[in-house]
Parts: sequence; structure tokens; C-alpha cells
Amino acid sequence: MISKEQVKHIAALARLSVKDEELEKISSDLSSILDYVAELNEIDVSDVSPTLTANFEGNVFRNDEEISQDLEVAKRLVESAPDKEDGYIKVKAILK
Amino acid sequence: MDFTKLTIREINKNLKEKKFSASELAGFFIGEIEKKDKDIKAFLSNDFALAKKQAQGVDEKIKAGEEISMLAGVPAAIKDNILIQGMKATASSKMLENYVATYDATVIEKLKSLDTVFLGKTNMDEFAMGSSTENSAFFKTKPKDLSKVPGGSSGGSAAAVAAGEAVFALGSDTGGSIRQPASFCGVVGLKPTYGAVSRYGLIAMASSLDQIGPFAKTADDARVVFEAIKGKDKRDATSVNYLDRLQEKGLKGLKVGIPKEYFIDGMDKEVERLIKAEIKKMEDAGAKIEEISLPHTKSALSVYYILMPAEVSSNMARYDGIKYGFSTHGQNSGDLLSVYLNSRAEGLGAEVKRRIMLGTYVLSAGYYDAYYKRAQQVRTKITDDFKKAFEKVDIIATPTSPTTAFAFGEKTADPLSMYLADIFTVPINLAGVPAISIPCGDVKSMPVGLQLIAPWFYEETLFKAGEEYEAIR
Repeated sequence: MISKEQVKHIAALARLSVKDEELEKISSDLSSILDYVAELNEIDVSDVSPTLTANFEGNVFRNDEEISQDLEVAKRLVESAPDKEDGYIKVKAILK
Repeated sequence: MDFTKLTIREINKNLKEKKFSASELAGFFIGEIEKKDKDIKAFLSNDFALAKKQAQGVDEKIKAGEEISMLAGVPAAIKDNILIQGMKATASSKMLENYVATYDATVIEKLKSLDTVFLGKTNMDEFAMGSSTENSAFFKTKPKDLSKVPGGSSGGSAAAVAAGEAVFALGSDTGGSIRQPASFCGVVGLKPTYGAVSRYGLIAMASSLDQIGPFAKTADDARVVFEAIKGKDKRDATSVNYLDRLQEKGLKGLKVGIPKEYFIDGMDKEVERLIKAEIKKMEDAGAKIEEISLPHTKSALSVYYILMPAEVSSNMARYDGIKYGFSTHGQNSGDLLSVYLNSRAEGLGAEVKRRIMLGTYVLSAGYYDAYYKRAQQVRTKITDDFKKAFEKVDIIATPTSPTTAFAFGEKTADPLSMYLADIFTVPINLAGVPAISIPCGDVKSMPVGLQLIAPWFYEETLFKAGEEYEAIR
């Protein structure tokens, strides 16, 4: 069971603002899903290694070198931002 | 000529023999969309001017006597979480309502180089989270008889192919999002081996599970599209050099495993009877049917609903109201934190937020070992089940879904009931093996899908068995 207080805490961690009237429904939805998945506790997993990646070829490495980027793409990326100036993305002030 | 009946190979032959032009073909499908899609609503956006231009390019090549590819001039629909540069890619979310893709996905680059014609972008559950396409922030898709859901999350792509609005479509499958709508709409849908197709340019949901794959009318059409989009891509580190496993064997002598865990209480009895009758037809054609066991099947959904939300919570962190997408930044009040909190709260739908919170919870301090690590361990056991099964059989046959398409609103109130719709498709993504859903008949005039599952990289076994099954069904 996830309490309303826990929902508030999780929402804050996930950077989601949640209204007080939503807490009840979220807490009951999350609790029923967690109750369902609790069946995994009955499975013996001693000596079973976790699947960390679905990748067949293991880690893929490259040299730590500068990769030249298409400036047109970079321009388009910045263009997508809600607020920008001179090729920079603007955000609210974080220092007073 | 009824263009909706033609396979990709037939289209290619007709184009080369100049029986019709690529422009005529594109014009026909554009007409079909204009005629039908106001009711079906498979598409979120179209760029018919671009489609016509692409088709003209193919006609010029044919006129000039140049070789054309198998997919040249073939009209396709693309799920809206796959990027086509210059076109909107909303993933059916208010968050990306006005987002225009800044680059091409690798699969799009490949299809463009083969001169495929893009008819438009298709509706889906928001960020591919859902099993009915009802979670789209924009509208519902209503396939065929318009009374039941198309399945999801790739419901628009499935409905477009089923309605003859496109020759083939691309979708993405994280826990069944290609196969389940293919089953509900009566078309073929393939979830390839994990890593076979590059995910670069696919809007990420759960990265260790997501794969792009085709919807098509036939197993052979699915093969043609899969061959065109597969391959290692240096921009997706999880993509692999595809190992071509040649498969000479058709149904004759093919060892087909039937896992007893896939015939469960609560399954639609008529669906079960139909699937068993169709498996019997495969046996009559020379296949050797064998009962097998995948003992951890029951746990797959639980594993999925821990690992998938965990990956979702991480992938969705990028929607912060700063870089792109919906933002409250322009509203003058508040600080940076409030931009994050409010942009995400207003831009994302209920199911997406539910999964973000669930994932955040299972990854948070004190719960990681109990949920996330344990689920990863059981994932290993599920994969081992498949490894053991494939020591005995060449292929596994199951229903794609325990029921036919359900009614609108039937499962939206209770998230868990919607999750159960994926019970037969989720284990395949956890193991990373390929699987195809092939239409195998109707129950109360609603389509049923037969799911065939093969070992890693044995897609060709699926196509071959699928083709031979299509001939005897």
C-alpha cells in the first residue's frame, strides 16, 4: 500500500506536480499494481544473475574523440526550444 | 485494379512492367485515406504533397530505365513515435503536439534510400503506453466495424493496413504494441529480435524492450520490410550485426511447441478452440506438434510492470519544458522548478504519469532490491525458459491475445485490466526473441491472431512458417 504522503514524495522526485484531489486515485492505482507484482516474492532467485541489458554484444566502446556535428542539425535542435536567443536556450534564473 | 489487394512483390512487378505508375498508386491510397479516414482516424497527420513528390521521383527513375528497389513507390504509414525530418512527431502526446522532427530515424533513412512513399503518421497510445490506442491525447482510432478498439499501442498503423489505407506500416513493440493490434485488426505484425532494427529516431519508451517492426497483409510483405530496415547502426549501441539464419524447413518436419501456460482460465473459449484448430492444420501439413512448458510465463507481466516503468521514468525525464515540447516557461510566474513540475503535469497524460511514478518508486532508495533487482533476476529465468524450449522445438505457437478486440472504455477505468491484455506478448520482449502475429480466422466476426515465436535471429523461420500457414488456413 502506498500512502498519499508517499505519492507526494514520488511525484516530487519525478518532477510532477500533483493536485491534492488526485492523490487518492494515484495511491490506489499504484497500490493495486504493486500488489499484483508482489507475486515475484514467491520465486526463488538465489544464484540467478540479473539481466542487466538485452544487448548481445556487450558494451560498445569508441575512442574519446571529438565527433564533428552537422551545424544545421544543431540549429534545428535549438530552434525546437520554447525560448532561445543567439543559439542558446533560455531558462528561468536559478540564482537570486 | 484493386490496389489494396496487391502484395509488395506484385506492386514492384507491375511498376517495372509499367502496368501502373507510382503516382497512380500513391494517388489511389491518398484517395482511400481521404475517403475512409474521417471515420477510422488511423492518421494523425499527412503530407500528401511529399508523398506525391516521392512517387514522381520513382516514376522518373522507371522512365529513365533505372533499377528500382522492391519498396520503391510502395505507400507506407509510419507510427507517430518514429521521426521523419520536417514532419510532426507527437507520439500522440500534448507534450509533443507541435514538435517537428529535427532528423530522420535510421529506419526512415533506409526506407527513403529505397524510395518508399510516406503517406503520414499514425495514431497511438501516448508515448506507446497502452493497449487500445485510447490513451492518445488527440482522438480514438476506430477500425473496420468501428465498434471495438484497434488494440495498441500501434493501433493507427494496424488500422491503416487493415482498412487498405496503406500497403504496409511501421510500428513499435515494447510489450506487444505491434502484435496485439495486428491480432485485433486482422493483419500481420512482426516484433523483431531485440537489436535487429535500429532504435535511433524512435521516441524511447523502455529501451531494453523497444523494437520497431512492420505491419503488413502477408508474412512475405513483412519479410520484405524487415529485410529493408534491419541492421547494425552505429547510432544505436544496442543494435547488432544481424545473423542471417537460413531456414530451408517449412511446416513439413517443423517442430512446433505449444506452451501449456498460454492456455489459461479466463481465456476466451472460442479463441482457444480456433487457435487449436489452426495448429491442427499445421500438424496436417507435416509439422510435429509438441506440448512444452515455459514455467515463468505467469510472472512475465509482473516483471514487465516493474522493469518497463523503471525505464519509462528514466526516458521520460527528458520532457522538462526546456529543450522542446510543451512548456509553461512563457507563463511569467514561477521559478525553474515550477517549469519542470507544471510542464510535465500539464503536458503528460494520466497513464504516462502513472508509469513514471511507478518507475520512480521501484527505483527509489530502499525499494530497488525488492522490486527492480528481483525483476531483473526473474527476467533471466524467463529468458532461460525460452532457451530450454528452443533446444527441443524450432518454433512456439500461441494465441497473440486471450481475447478478440474489446469495447471502447471497457478497460480504461482499471489500469491493471488493460495491462492483462498483454499477457501473451510481454514474455517475448523480456527474452528479446522475435515473434509474429498472423491472422488465423474470426470469432464472432472479430479477427484472431496466431503468435509464432522463434529463437533469436530466426525471423526467416517465422516468415517461412507464416507463408505456408497462410496457404492452408
